[in-house]
Amino acid sequence: MTAAAAPSRFRRPRREDGGDDTGVAARRWFTPWLLIAPGGLWLLIFFVVPLFSLGRLSLQDGGLSNYSTVISDNSTVIIRTFIYATISTLAAIIIGYPLAYVIATKGGRYKNLFLALVILPFFVTYLVRTLSWKILLFDNGPVVGILQSVGILSDNQGILGSPFAVVAALTYNFLPFMVLPIYVSLEKLDRRLLDAAADLYSSPARAFRKITLRLSLPGLFAGTLLTFIPAAGDFVNSELLGSDRTVMIGQIIEKNFGKEFFRPELSALSFMLMAMILIGVIVYARLLGTEEIA
Amino acid sequence: MNPPNWLRAIGRVSLWVWAGLGLLFLFTPILVTVIFSFNEPTGKYNYVWDKFSLSGWTDPFRYPELTDALIFSLKIAVAVTIIATILGTLMGLAMVKYKFRAKGMIGAILILPLTMPEIVLGFSLLTLFVSINWSRGFITIVIAQVMFSVSYVATTVRARIRGFDWRLEEASLDLGASGFRTFSKVTLPLIAPGVIAAAMLTFALSLDDFIITYLNSGLDNTFPIQIWNMKRSKIPVQINVFSTALLIISIVLAALLVVFNNRRAQKLAGLSNP
Repeated sequence: MTAAAAPSRFRRPRREDGGDDTGVAARRWFTPWLLIAPGGLWLLIFFVVPLFSLGRLSLQDGGLSNYSTVISDNSTVIIRTFIYATISTLAAIIIGYPLAYVIATKGGRYKNLFLALVILPFFVTYLVRTLSWKILLFDNGPVVGILQSVGILSDNQGILGSPFAVVAALTYNFLPFMVLPIYVSLEKLDRRLLDAAADLYSSPARAFRKITLRLSLPGLFAGTLLTFIPAAGDFVNSELLGSDRTVMIGQIIEKNFGKEFFRPELSALSFMLMAMILIGVIVYARLLGTEEIA
Repeated sequence: MNPPNWLRAIGRVSLWVWAGLGLLFLFTPILVTVIFSFNEPTGKYNYVWDKFSLSGWTDPFRYPELTDALIFSLKIAVAVTIIATILGTLMGLAMVKYKFRAKGMIGAILILPLTMPEIVLGFSLLTLFVSINWSRGFITIVIAQVMFSVSYVATTVRARIRGFDWRLEEASLDLGASGFRTFSKVTLPLIAPGVIAAAMLTFALSLDDFIITYLNSGLDNTFPIQIWNMKRSKIPVQINVFSTALLIISIVLAALLVVFNNRRAQKLAGLSNP
């Protein structure tokens, strides 16, 4: 912006105000690479290379037929996994969006306190949080008691082992990942846009749809990814709170990894999980409109 | 055109109630963790409330395997935090300060680990360790955790130091300070809050991580892995005692950091407006 405002002969050869992420050319070309090298090599050796070798392993023996075998053997589990992850992501949006909205727009001086409450679950280990869900949903525990007295559950019915228990815990465990990005995008929102909309006789509902919701789409997108991806790959919630009826893809990998490292099918299954998530991400980005994401 | 006032009032109240329920949803399991550290369960599993007791708190080290696992977890967290904070901060600095070829690709490689299910990351790393016959333990856990933590650190540092005035460094160098002195007296104080925040995040992530760590742990047990292994034999109160103690320590540390940052902000404000 500074550069554009100045007459061209005064334009600086490189940005020196450090205004954003574009950066400047280093005095010596290798300076940035010296900074990148240690972490970059770590990621190359322990992240990029293993992904490639996993992909290669998944094609051993049967080639692409490994994938069709894996998909036909586990079709129920695969479909179930994506249904659970989708429902828990939707539930996280329904619970998380209003929460982020209230904190960002009406939190006032309690904003930081509310935010602290949202990230509080991170201070207790994932497994212990899930065990606390088990306590809450235990037979004759508080939730079952309430549902029985209301009549939703009959007297000897429980929740543990049901899809509901697994989906509820998935929603809970990844909810902060939904709230925080939405909060960040709502926080940046220029409130004067809403005033302008009101001045121009827009109804609040229309202003919300056209301004607030639209400008918070990047946060909603990030939140959806950060909720859906770990939910789709999880095996802890289903293992601790579910039953044979709630087996997810992660559990199949977890159950077999100890004894069958080199079974190509197992690599194919995890590679497929990754591929399906990537496809889901791309489709979702298209649906929301990529220009708004960027 | 506008809905009547009473309808808007109802809308406003229900929005608050819904958000309150959301907070309650997030908060209740944490409260349960704390409350159940004071339980004295009848059986081996701390799932049902029986009676109030301090037995867990007066005898926290009753299960050596659990205590050892917690100490092991803390050791790993320290190692991972040191390595990942250094590597990630350097990468974050390079991404903000400089323009260079392949910057977009480096950025993508930094983001990718955050967009992949942990089980895929953990499993692919495991196949690497198995194929080169590397036995799993402390080192492989640290490698695995640093791998995903570097991305978090670089992203956090990058976001926090965007828009700084890097000419201060040049001024320092022009005035004759050495490169090292410039780094320790100018660069480091400038980026410190971002780096500290990233380090605390890494420490918390390290203690919290289960899936990637579990796949690459071999026979060594971190605190979460020990709980996982115990799930069919016993779930003692001590799990909740340790978790509650860690929760309290984390809250105190986070509060101290907020106070420290506020002080610093006041001091800096005082410097720029004499």
